[in-house]
Amino acid sequence: MTLRIAVALEDASFAAADWIDAVRQADRARLDFVTFDDRFGRQGPDAVLVAARVAPLTRHVGLIPVATTTHTEPFHLSTSLATLDHVSRGRAGWQVRVSADPAEAALLGRREPLGADELLAEAADAVEVVRRLWDSWEDDAIIKDVATGRFIDRDKLHYIDFDGTYFSVKGPSIVPRPPQGQPVVAALTHGPQAWERLDVDVYFVTPADVSSAAGFVRRIPAGKLVFADIVAFLDADQEAAIRRRGATTSDAAVFAGTPAELADLIAGWQPAGIAGIRLRPGGPGDLATITADLVPELRRRGLFEPSTATTLRERLGLPAAVNRYQEAARA
Amino acid sequence: MPKQIILAAHFPGVNNTTVWSDPDSGSQIDFSSFEHLARTAERGRFDFFFLAEGLRLREQRGLIHDLDVVGRPDTLTVLAALAAVTEHLGLAGTLNATFHEPYELARQLATLDHLSGGRAAWNVVTSHGAFFGENFRRGGFLDHADRYRRAGEFIEAARTLWDTDGGDFAIRSSQFDIHGRFGAPRSPQGHPVILQAGDSAQGRELAARHADAIFSRHHRLEDARQFYRDVKDRLPAYGRRPDSLKIIPGVSYVLGDTDADAQEKAHHIRRQQVSPQTAILLLEQLWNQDLSAYDPDGPLPTADPVLDEDDTIIKGRAGMFPDRIRTANEWRALAEAKKLSIRDLVIEVTGRQNFIGTAARVAEQLDEYVQTDACDGFILVPHLTPAGLDDFVDQVVPLLQERGVFRTEYSSTTLRGHLGLA
Repeated sequence: MTLRIAVALEDASFAAADWIDAVRQADRARLDFVTFDDRFGRQGPDAVLVAARVAPLTRHVGLIPVATTTHTEPFHLSTSLATLDHVSRGRAGWQVRVSADPAEAALLGRREPLGADELLAEAADAVEVVRRLWDSWEDDAIIKDVATGRFIDRDKLHYIDFDGTYFSVKGPSIVPRPPQGQPVVAALTHGPQAWERLDVDVYFVTPADVSSAAGFVRRIPAGKLVFADIVAFLDADQEAAIRRRGATTSDAAVFAGTPAELADLIAGWQPAGIAGIRLRPGGPGDLATITADLVPELRRRGLFEPSTATTLRERLGLPAAVNRYQEAARA
Repeated sequence: MPKQIILAAHFPGVNNTTVWSDPDSGSQIDFSSFEHLARTAERGRFDFFFLAEGLRLREQRGLIHDLDVVGRPDTLTVLAALAAVTEHLGLAGTLNATFHEPYELARQLATLDHLSGGRAAWNVVTSHGAFFGENFRRGGFLDHADRYRRAGEFIEAARTLWDTDGGDFAIRSSQFDIHGRFGAPRSPQGHPVILQAGDSAQGRELAARHADAIFSRHHRLEDARQFYRDVKDRLPAYGRRPDSLKIIPGVSYVLGDTDADAQEKAHHIRRQQVSPQTAILLLEQLWNQDLSAYDPDGPLPTADPVLDEDDTIIKGRAGMFPDRIRTANEWRALAEAKKLSIRDLVIEVTGRQNFIGTAARVAEQLDEYVQTDACDGFILVPHLTPAGLDDFVDQVVPLLQERGVFRTEYSSTTLRGHLGLA
């Protein structure tokens, strides 16, 4: 099994050209996906819109924007992500984030910040609503039946009737089922609080070494894909990379060295059972080194092979998404 | 120099104007459909592309409406993607002031304006009530009377945020209490273009105070002129000049080789738009009761409509009949006089195309509307997805250009620039 390789784009540029350049690099290198960082309180563009802006200009790479469940409407989250899946023809995902920041709560002004446990409970409800709305249209709901004058078979549209602690949502979605059925849902977590509660496909984790990577894989529920985050400062000259790293600290392991040395590290982590690596470029130029030097090195060593799958789910080896309402109707 | 015409392309909507039964009708959801219409509009040097917003699927008789096109994408996400396949075309999206929040939406619109190089526009609409609210956190939180107050405060809040250039703000009003630092620097247009679509006195006042353009419904020449005067006369009170607010009605058209040919095509399209089943449903919207037992090829109901505006048979669509009894009497009289069945009557009284004729006649009429101050331009609503504007761009645009009333090349990079707005 080769690893899946992703890159976290954490820039805050408002220039379309910067994003097009970065995501095209990732697309040409046949990386599996990129994530787009976001939070309300930062100076930076809305990540879902950035992902949509580059979608028509790329062909392969998966597009996973961060979107916050705190303060936002689950209905809008669901329809915007479903639409990202439509405009990218099945390459969309969503990195779920919560906001505990009182300053962000003040920007939105709707309520006081929740406690950590409630934030997670609300996020779990939001993921549930978003997923139900994605399933609220069966794939063959549009029938265009001239004889009866019907555009849809409304029996194939479903109210989701979610009624939770933080919100209730009736449904169905306004957007027909996205191409992947269920776009890929991911979350960055540092501990076990979320692992049994969030219905996500991918966990980003931050191991310090191979044994802690193995620990994450062991403790995260089976069936979830575990991606290890690594901050990467890369240079053909190891000393130059280390100088650029300086005193950088991060929640993730911070690597500085040559592309070959990073390939060594990744090779060493592979036996931990991780599905892939998400690289966080340490600075300007590191994305270019990842795509131009690291990726070919990983391919030479058989650690990475570009996927020929057309959707992000397939590329990650996730099973075809079963529509919960269709299943229920058949049962 | 004659007045220059503003042209916009409306992506076909979720109503019976859009004909899905035609063999040439394509997907209402594939990105390729949006791309085709946007590229066509840009080829025709249009000012902007226009997208509506869905908050809930329409229902009639308590069931999801299944006769019209159903389902559409999220507005902002599609516009962001269209920025990738167009260069000059403005990108206008309808976004409801009731079910969005100022910080989030102002940030998204600033993002779109940045990522499109200054082409973003926001069509501000309002709604209220529990029907849409059932899909959102706060439910039907807003009274009917407060919806324009919220919309006005929302626009003011958004403008305050855009003016911070990524700096600090504090906003306190009846609807909002927010503060902090705005997450986007000043975008190319400063403020995305603001459109307004409500027709009530409150809606007109909101537009006179805040909007750059009005998406109006008035397309009969005299109505349109009256509306135009009414709205422009409201501007001086806000210290605004007449040309700072553009009036752009949504209109449909049918082209033919001869006027008679166009009329025949128009009639054919009307029959496609009003299927027997649709005829009954449209009649129910006036009668406000279940008429499914009626024969679409038979006569109109003799009983009067049900007058209960709090519990209308159709949900998710703005009310269209201020006086149901009067309209019903008019329709019955017309059906009697012309010997029309329900379906024929509905075809006769609803949604007739506005401009029908040869390309030359349509160009002449559009120009007359603009030069005689019935409007400043048009939002064209094609009946077919995605190729519904191809004939207009190929045949009518060149004639408008010959008349010297429509650009032959873009002279600006921003939508404000196209529209001649400051």
